[in-house]
Amino acid sequence: MSVATTTARETVQLATGRSRERSAGSLVFLGLLWFSLFFGVMVLVVLIADTAIAGAGRFDADLVTSYDSTLFPERTGFRAGILGSLWLMLFTALMAVPLGIAAAVYLEEFADSRRWYNRIIEVNLQNLAAVPSIVYGLLAVAVMALIGIERKGIVLGGAIALALLILPVIIITTREAVRAVPEEIRQGSLALGATTWQTTWRQVLPSAVPGIATGTILGLSRAIGEAAPLLMLGLASSVRFDPEGMMSPITALPIQIYGLSSSSQDAFQEAASAAIIVLLVMILGLNALAIFIRNKFQRSW
Amino acid sequence: MSSTHTGAGPSFGAGLPGAPIDLGRKARPAETAIKVVLFVSAMLSVAITIGILVALVEPVVHFFAEVPFGEFFSFDEGTRFAVFPLITATMVTTVIALLVAVPLGLGAAMYLSEYASRRARKVLKPTVELLAGVPSVVYGFFAVMFVTPTLLQDILGLGVGFTNALAAGLVLGVMIIPTIASLAEDAFSAVPQALRQGSYAMGANRMQTTLRVVLPAALSGVAAAIVLGLSRAVGETMIVALAAGSQKNFSLNPLEGMQTMTGFMATTAGGENPVGSTSYNTLFAVGLTLFVITFVINMISIALVRRYRQAY
Repeated sequence: MSVATTTARETVQLATGRSRERSAGSLVFLGLLWFSLFFGVMVLVVLIADTAIAGAGRFDADLVTSYDSTLFPERTGFRAGILGSLWLMLFTALMAVPLGIAAAVYLEEFADSRRWYNRIIEVNLQNLAAVPSIVYGLLAVAVMALIGIERKGIVLGGAIALALLILPVIIITTREAVRAVPEEIRQGSLALGATTWQTTWRQVLPSAVPGIATGTILGLSRAIGEAAPLLMLGLASSVRFDPEGMMSPITALPIQIYGLSSSSQDAFQEAASAAIIVLLVMILGLNALAIFIRNKFQRSW
Repeated sequence: MSSTHTGAGPSFGAGLPGAPIDLGRKARPAETAIKVVLFVSAMLSVAITIGILVALVEPVVHFFAEVPFGEFFSFDEGTRFAVFPLITATMVTTVIALLVAVPLGLGAAMYLSEYASRRARKVLKPTVELLAGVPSVVYGFFAVMFVTPTLLQDILGLGVGFTNALAAGLVLGVMIIPTIASLAEDAFSAVPQALRQGSYAMGANRMQTTLRVVLPAALSGVAAAIVLGLSRAVGETMIVALAAGSQKNFSLNPLEGMQTMTGFMATTAGGENPVGSTSYNTLFAVGLTLFVITFVINMISIALVRRYRQAY
């Protein structure tokens, strides 16, 4: 090959850029990027497979219908924890969702972001979203002391802790959903003589419902997996009856898993593994629901 | 709709109105009430922060009335209330977590923002975020049941005990990958297309563009992502409570078991300490220390995010 041909070929390759993308270095780099992308998935697959194998012997009716038992570890169940988690989610949603939506609507539709107090709210929200969840547990302990309730491990306390925890999540996602509603809709409504509140209530909020629902479900799916703040509130891992009111002692699935994981008996470890699969199914189900809502009802204007 | 404006408006011949009317400012008593309710809801977030501080400070005051400062800020792991062994243990697990999560998180973010097509990103991003949805108690269980016995002891042959900081840190790192990946991807995507096109025009390939143009341009955003990941790792509880150990250990050796700040809180809260006792109040002293540390870290992250958002 003459020098001229080689130079010409190099020029062509440089011009298309193709050969440079295929140099050894950039292929290794691309491989590393692929690896980092799929590393997490690999871990997740190993985690689920390992846990499912460890808990395989316990996928029976006892797992979800009976209470925990120290006498018969091979028949111990998570009825109290599953019901407790569902109860906690219900009361958490009742507390956090209206409050979160109200705060988000204020910040997006009414607040003047140049005012100092509104700026404080902004920075504060970003900060709250990153406060360790265990600290929310301490706060809920203080709230309970404030309203004069001394009892530990009850529905009310757990729900307060989880509601405080997911409030920033709901506010942030609701704000994004509200912000995504185009300005023309508001202007059209205002032009027809509606007030700001009428516009918000009749136009903006209905359009933002799918986004709000997605954020709420993601918040709740985070709440259902939390154990640390509930631990602070003194939730015990062993409760042998169904919850029956706000003041009823309660446990939650993650708390029961935590309680069993330090046990040295193999049968309890097996039960904990099976309970983890139950918990993951609940959480992945909620996540799937959130993604479904987002895809099904997402509008593009 | 509005009753006050149904009458004759300004006629067309009357000339332009003096000032534009702000339609958002029409006064209605009931709507003012609604606005107040909404404002109070928003202010509640500030109240929560103040509440956290007040809730933490009061027991802490009681605590320091009984325990001298020197004993709390002591490096001696034998001292009952020493906090520094907890802080060093938190540092060890956090550093291991960042060693795992920073390269993997940034790699995933680079792929998502620079290489993946729009459609691929729509599928791949939620997949990475699935990791964040796994409860931390499940990660903790996984660290104790799989990472320590199978991965570290059997496969790698490390002489680690039942609880050790290494397993906790590794799993903690996996948990914060989505935090770093998500924020770093935002920062990469915010880099203007013109910079990339300039780089391609100079003959650079995608790897060179990503590493030498996009990464430096997004550096403050990447830093914010790492700092937020750091904050998550410091505050995470259940993984370290299960996998790191429950024995104060003033050591930097990750193969040993050690108790972190959050691990200490989980153990103490789960124990039988009567409310108001000194050992119960330690919970709040450590909690306040943790809150202050994460607060400072979060503020740094927020400031960094603001900087990269303003840059373009």
